[in-house]
Amino acid sequence: MQEGDSEIAIRVRNLVVGFGRQIVLDNLSLDVRKGEILGLVGASGGGKSVLMRTIIGLIPRRSGEIEVMGQAIGGAHERSTQAAAGMWGILFQQGALFSSLTVRQNIQFPLRENLVASQELMDEIATAKLEMVGLLPEDGDKYPAELSGGMTKRVALARSLALDPAIVFLDEPTSGLDPIAAGDFDALIKTLQKTLGLTVFMVTHDLASLNTVCDRVAALADGKIVAIGPMSELLESEHPWVRAYFHGKRSQMLQPQTS
Amino acid sequence: MNSEPFLAATPSGDVLELRPAGSWIAANVAKLEALSDGVSAQLARARSVRLDIAGVSELDTLGAWLIEKLSRRAISAGRSAEIVGVADNYAGLIDEVRQVNRHNPPPLIAPSPIFAKLNDIGQSTVSAREDIAVFLQMLGSLFMAIVAVLRRPQTLRMTSLVYQLYRIGWQAIPIIALITFLIGAIIAQQGFFHFRRFGAESYTVDMVGILVLRELGVLIVAIMVAGRSGSAYTAELGSMKMREEIDALSTMGLDPIDVLILPRITALVIALPILTFIGSIAALYGGGIVAQFYGDMGPAIYIARVHDAITVAHFKVGILKAPFMALVIGIVACSEGLRVKGSAESLGKQTTTSVVKSIFLVIVLDGLFAVFFASIGM
Repeated sequence: MQEGDSEIAIRVRNLVVGFGRQIVLDNLSLDVRKGEILGLVGASGGGKSVLMRTIIGLIPRRSGEIEVMGQAIGGAHERSTQAAAGMWGILFQQGALFSSLTVRQNIQFPLRENLVASQELMDEIATAKLEMVGLLPEDGDKYPAELSGGMTKRVALARSLALDPAIVFLDEPTSGLDPIAAGDFDALIKTLQKTLGLTVFMVTHDLASLNTVCDRVAALADGKIVAIGPMSELLESEHPWVRAYFHGKRSQMLQPQTS
Repeated sequence: MNSEPFLAATPSGDVLELRPAGSWIAANVAKLEALSDGVSAQLARARSVRLDIAGVSELDTLGAWLIEKLSRRAISAGRSAEIVGVADNYAGLIDEVRQVNRHNPPPLIAPSPIFAKLNDIGQSTVSAREDIAVFLQMLGSLFMAIVAVLRRPQTLRMTSLVYQLYRIGWQAIPIIALITFLIGAIIAQQGFFHFRRFGAESYTVDMVGILVLRELGVLIVAIMVAGRSGSAYTAELGSMKMREEIDALSTMGLDPIDVLILPRITALVIALPILTFIGSIAALYGGGIVAQFYGDMGPAIYIARVHDAITVAHFKVGILKAPFMALVIGIVACSEGLRVKGSAESLGKQTTTSVVKSIFLVIVLDGLFAVFFASIGM
């Protein structure tokens, strides 16, 4: 055990993941501290989602170690991963809500599967989560097909928070939302992170959310983490890909507001 | 980490002091619910309530909500309640649960079972009318599409048509031949077994020939195709509908009927008579095999008796029905596919409906044809 272990929520060491002959993640190491919001950036198809899915055990790895809250993570069907599932909540890119269940049932699903609680309490908790993510109690009776993109993301966030996990993984939470909705969603993540003391691991391309909500940003290029640190440090980075990412034409349009 | 939760209740004068302690987290939910129910009697007696949560070592949304619920129970009974001793790191959470569950929407009132049953019957009556409308609408737009194609034959989508023919015709031949072969063999075996008692074995061939060519060949093949290809059509079109592919086609100025549905239904109408022919031959062949090994009737005699027993009229009766059955299967499959809504459940439901409905309609149609052919003396 190294010093400061208790402060690390996710520890990834020398991770190698590949499909066939292609190596996607090459000896990748990463630490996510407890209680921080870490943004992960990288090229499209560069392995951001693969890294996230490997940490949560959906993709098998060739070698390397992953620890979440001090617990080693095995493959998707191993017991250790199942036990760890209560520790994390995952917001998938498309929401991945169960389309045959109502919003309320979707949020209750993890509660129902993991806890023995009265229906009344589960209803109240589901409504509480709905309101915490900024939806109305009436929305609980809708089906996922009846929701807008932003609402789907909010419900998916509420479901991922159903069991009050220590860590939340967000896969492009603001993609497909208009800037106002995206800004609201960022603020929501920040508020919930403060209220619930969450550790947030966020894969994103949204420069605005990197700027405003992320405590640290990690850049993934060539299968490795090439830069990690607060936004101000990444803006100074000399790595060519990181420079291109943060100083490209699109990012010039945004006024960097590093603090 | 996780420690046993407690809830100490000490009445001091008019004030009831509640001291939750330990881990008030979701993992302990059963204990926590029991604890908060346990103090309800004392809660009812107290004039005012003071919740001191300084002893709580772990707190999450569920625990915070239960504590908030205790205070709300006191307030709703007209007493005062306050929460004190909130540690800094839990202040946000306590504030947050203060806001929630304030206005509950009125619960949906479940109708009485009799009313619900009547409602169901009414709904399905209305939807049956709707089904007929949808069927006729699809038939109409298909007819319009055919007229358009006849006027400008080059607009027919040959690639798609050939591909669909390959899929639902060519690829279906082995399974269709196998099933009808077995059906023919079974009928022949039953015929020999039962007719033997009357010494009328040779009439088995008449039975197999007429039954297979007039009714069973086309019926079995149509049911197989409804299950095999009709369901595939519904699922394909349904998932295209779900992924907005059909909307995309319309916005490009293309009619989904022309692009997707016409080639599919045309392929069915062409393939089903061919499959019926192949199926009937396979069934007659199956009957012949049984005649040789079970009925002691050589191939030469079997073929000669088949010659005597059946006429072209029998064959025509069977094969004439096939295109109409194909049309019914195709229209039902495609219109059910277009009725799929957003969810995965709806896709499954519509696919089931498609298969059940097309098999039902195929049998009804067969009955109507039986009446028709009888009245024209075929």
